[in-house]
Amino acid sequence: MIKTSYVSRTIAELKPSGIRRFFDLAANLEGVVSLGVGEPDFVTSWAVREAAINSLEEGYTSYTANAGLFELRSEISKYMEKQFHVSYRPEDQIIVTVGASQALDITLRTILNPGEEVIVVEPCFVAYAPLVTMAGGIPVTVQTSKDDDFKLTPEQLEAAITPKTKAVLICSPNNPTGTQLEQAELVMLADIVKKHDLLVISDEIYAELAYDEVFTSFAAIDGMMERTIVINGFSKGFAMTGWRLGFVCAPKEISEAMLKLHQYAMMCAPTMAQHAALEALKHGMQDVEEMRRSYRRRRNYIVKSFNDIGLDCHKPGGAFYAFPSIEKTGMTSMEFAERLLKEELVAVVPGDVFGESGEGHIRCSYASSMEHLQEALKRMERFMKNHS
Amino acid sequence: MHLNEEELEVLRIIENNSRIDLKDLAKMTELSEADIEVTLKKLEDMRVIVRYLTVINWAKVDEYHGVTAMIDVKVTPKRGVGFDEVAKRIYRFKEVESVYLMSGAYDLSVIVEGRSMNEVASFVSEKLSTLDSVISTTTHFIMKKYKHDGTIFDQTEEDKRIVVSP
Repeated sequence: MIKTSYVSRTIAELKPSGIRRFFDLAANLEGVVSLGVGEPDFVTSWAVREAAINSLEEGYTSYTANAGLFELRSEISKYMEKQFHVSYRPEDQIIVTVGASQALDITLRTILNPGEEVIVVEPCFVAYAPLVTMAGGIPVTVQTSKDDDFKLTPEQLEAAITPKTKAVLICSPNNPTGTQLEQAELVMLADIVKKHDLLVISDEIYAELAYDEVFTSFAAIDGMMERTIVINGFSKGFAMTGWRLGFVCAPKEISEAMLKLHQYAMMCAPTMAQHAALEALKHGMQDVEEMRRSYRRRRNYIVKSFNDIGLDCHKPGGAFYAFPSIEKTGMTSMEFAERLLKEELVAVVPGDVFGESGEGHIRCSYASSMEHLQEALKRMERFMKNHS
Repeated sequence: MHLNEEELEVLRIIENNSRIDLKDLAKMTELSEADIEVTLKKLEDMRVIVRYLTVINWAKVDEYHGVTAMIDVKVTPKRGVGFDEVAKRIYRFKEVESVYLMSGAYDLSVIVEGRSMNEVASFVSEKLSTLDSVISTTTHFIMKKYKHDGTIFDQTEEDKRIVVSP
């Protein structure tokens, strides 16, 4: 009997995420201090949770419009205008999605013809390249360098473009490097994008967590509104990861096409979470400000401490990750992370799971209490002493 | 008085943890330890930082015997000094924990601690209500403290996140 595989070749050939392996290792140990968590340590503010509870009590348990509650889209529109100076119409340019992940998925599936290329800037979130592949496209990775603070240079972008290039996928502030692109840098990249008539998919999920420079949306750059798809959501800035609520803002033509896909594949984002998000936008900005301040303190603390113990670390402008170099130890990222976990029970994520150029680095999330960070630093200092 | 961003940041941090290590405070604010010391001294001298206290949940301590009462006090303000003079006469008693001037149905909110209800009762009847300016008092005893100065007493929130995530 010939055994046929029930799984599609595309999916069978996808590599599982390297993070998964680390999760399995760390989850089975007792007493682990984790710097491996890619989400806020804050619980969603009570006012937001209470609004969701109230929506259930009031019986809001049915579907919403495909693109999401109109009231929520209106608030998102106001929010985008106020925070980032970009205007999107709630009627036909904003779709509420199941997390920024789904926003990214429908974006890629909406714009890509088979075989078209998307430039993916690494190190980056582990899902980017697989999502491009699953949408029938071809991910073309560009490796940024720590000498440029992991920023994509115009030369690198230009060199990666081929006649098949459809879009560039960029995340700033970045997971895992924390790097934030400044306005002048966006302008230079935008010139190339316009010259080659490309789209930009701008993952701005960490936009609220910018600590030194004011965050600039790619869509706010001159002439970019019409060729930028902005991905954002409530997970990071509003500490709402588990609610799975994001949104995507795009030019009308793309947005309307995306909505077709969204209505067939998802119907709409969860109603309860949409009510929570509405409350977050209406009354939660003070909480966002307080959380931002708190992360900034911890960023300062961890970066200084890493450099003090011999882990060279550039100062990331945003998100909640530090990305120190471990090259001095002579170990690979994977070796370093595994030994640190076994010997000192500190979990970090090896940099190479985020792309080749992440090798030689580890991602350390500082979305953890000061007590945890202090304990992790103590253990890592001992580890560095034992391996120098 | 106007404070700069560094001074405000130091206050925000120590408001929640006055025992924080000077070294860590310096790292968190990107200031030198010497600068932190100067800043703290300045804020103390200006009496912006008034005192460093500890929040204690006495209800957990068997040896502790004490009651707290919040007393609404109506008074007659005096020409020229308003409520300040009577407030001073009240806050000087060692039994008095806090005194606030209030808007609304009464004038002063006085928080009193004593070892027993009797002790508080006699303070109110003998000391407080006999003051010339005091028109009336309403005493409320606190039965249980759930949250005090921003801290929830009976709650340690465990970290519910998975240990490693993308």
